Amino acid sequence: MADVRYEQATKLYSGTDVPAVDALDLEVEDGEFMVLVGPSGSGKTTALRMLAGLEEVDAGAVLIGGRDVTDLPPKKRDVAMVFQNYALYPYLTVSQNIAFPLKMAGVKKAERERQAAEVARRLGMERYLGRKPSQLSGGERQRVAMGRAIIRQPSVFLMDEPLSNLDAKLRVQMRADIAALQRDLGVTTVYVTHDQAEAMTLGHRVAVLDHGRLQQVGEPRELYDRPTNRFVAGFIGSPAMNLCDVTCEHGAVSFGGERVELGPAVANGSGAVVLGLRPEALEVGLEGLPARVEVVEEFGADAFVFSSAQIGGEETRLVARTEARRAPAQGERIFLRVKPEEAHLFDAETGQRLGA
Amino acid sequence: MRLRPAADAGAVSVPASPALARRPGKRRAAWRRRRLVLLLMSPWIVGFTVFFGYPLVMSVYLSFTHYDLLSSPRWIGTANYRYLFHDDPQVWTAVKNTLWYIAVAVPLQVLFAFGIALMLARARRGVGIFRTIFYLPALAPPVAATLGFVYILNPATGPVNVLLGHLGVQGPLWFHDPHWSKPALVALTVWGVGNTMVIFLAAVLDVPRHLYESAELDGAGVFSRLRWVTLPSISPVILFAVVFNVIQGLQYFTQAYVAAGVAAGQASQAADVTAVNLGYPQDSTLFYPVLLYQHGFTDFQMGYASAMSVLLLVVSFAITLVIVLNSRRWVYQAAPR
Repeated sequence: MADVRYEQATKLYSGTDVPAVDALDLEVEDGEFMVLVGPSGSGKTTALRMLAGLEEVDAGAVLIGGRDVTDLPPKKRDVAMVFQNYALYPYLTVSQNIAFPLKMAGVKKAERERQAAEVARRLGMERYLGRKPSQLSGGERQRVAMGRAIIRQPSVFLMDEPLSNLDAKLRVQMRADIAALQRDLGVTTVYVTHDQAEAMTLGHRVAVLDHGRLQQVGEPRELYDRPTNRFVAGFIGSPAMNLCDVTCEHGAVSFGGERVELGPAVANGSGAVVLGLRPEALEVGLEGLPARVEVVEEFGADAFVFSSAQIGGEETRLVARTEARRAPAQGERIFLRVKPEEAHLFDAETGQRLGA
Repeated sequence: MRLRPAADAGAVSVPASPALARRPGKRRAAWRRRRLVLLLMSPWIVGFTVFFGYPLVMSVYLSFTHYDLLSSPRWIGTANYRYLFHDDPQVWTAVKNTLWYIAVAVPLQVLFAFGIALMLARARRGVGIFRTIFYLPALAPPVAATLGFVYILNPATGPVNVLLGHLGVQGPLWFHDPHWSKPALVALTVWGVGNTMVIFLAAVLDVPRHLYESAELDGAGVFSRLRWVTLPSISPVILFAVVFNVIQGLQYFTQAYVAAGVAAGQASQAADVTAVNLGYPQDSTLFYPVLLYQHGFTDFQMGYASAMSVLLLVVSFAITLVIVLNSRRWVYQAAPR
């Protein structure tokens, strides 16, 4: 096991001006489950591949266990990777696939087969040892890929969107399995996903990337409660945070004509700002900002009310969370009231968080 | 109310069920579809019948006759085959030469084609130019390419021996030496390996990149990746190349015919391709198809030549079958998508 450090690590693909990964500084502690999350093109997969040695690092350094591996080939980094499409060898059996790293390490056949059987048992795949990947389902293939990664007990696990090819139900199951496996093995894990649900449920910490730059790194709760900028605020959380351009005067904003006091954190703030409100920070009540319900999505106990309202003279879409049994009907006129203690403020120009 | 007797019931006219009424219509539609399919296939059916089926049947028939192209074929039973297996003094020389050529040329063709394809797949600059350079020889007409090789390998004036002479090496007699004539033809074959190379190149480029990356992370070096990723992935193409080139080897004619004739002509100062020259020097280039040609078109023993061609067809089929059956152990066939 080992810790992982990116030090100003940069990757610039030839023919482009903008780095895919721009001066990334990130530290993953020994045994930690770190999730890299971001939209397409954010550089998360490139950052993972730089750690694996599959992409050259153009500037900066990558360290594993305190050892500079920037210029080392992948096989000398002591890392194992699970690919998005599993990258199983289609002509080898499950047993041979799992044991492949041991074969490359020169381990004798009997020992390889013993260890492969043990790993397969751990993953519940012992019945499929003689099958080829084409005879397995997506979830089973994913387990074989996991088995191949864990058999040689690497210092670091790398996972590149390993659940993205599975259906929703299986994804939830495999998510729990991966979390349990990582907890049991205690191996440092770097996990890439664009799915924030995966990021929030799996990661000890989550690093949010956008356009190759690290936006924020922290525990899932911290990212949700205290997004460092407008991008993280909009990216983390589903449905996304409501972001409204408003004017702040003496610690209060006008929210569609309603004056909202924002407390001591921004008591002296003034000028154009962006008000961020999670759906649960908006209450559907009898007074407040008038809005018209467009869509209601019910999720068992809760419902999300998608509505439109006039804010600063512009039609703005807002989403509020309410109890499903008390949710308004589509087309109904409602009033939205802000919970000031749950409001976030961001600078209108830089997008950075204002206040604590 | 009285029940109608059963016999009467049968006499009542019952309207046909809709399913029964539709049947003639369905049959007509099926026949129309079949007719359209046959119509669309007709060019191929005519071509196959005229240019493959009829000659094949005629060859089999003629193989049991004496036929000199001038008089009508005369039925002689299995006499041609008995002569072929027991009495023809040249046939085993031709078989040995052909098998030698296949045993040496086919592995070399596959190796060179695969090697060049690997290099081209890895090349980063000038890929287009190199692909063209390596493929161009395949476009050269076989006769012209052979003439060029006979000139290049001319023992006295050819550039290869001149160069070897400068290096202090006595060059061989190439097409004039029974020990070097077949290797020279193999060199000519390997030089024109472009077609096989293109197929290998497409296969190598088609190997998923993530398999290489995965193997690299699993600790595989360059040769391990070649052994455990590239070769299994392209094994169907290797099988195709082996079968295709073996069949080509069994039918090897033009280059051997031209090289022997021209080399013999050089030796006698008269570029005259005659029966005497076939297999020059000392029957070392007398391949099975060359002997077949000699019997058919020089000696006008068309019945016997037909027997030889029928045997060639059977042997080609048998060898292909053996290779394909054997390949199940080493060829990976992807599941149909």
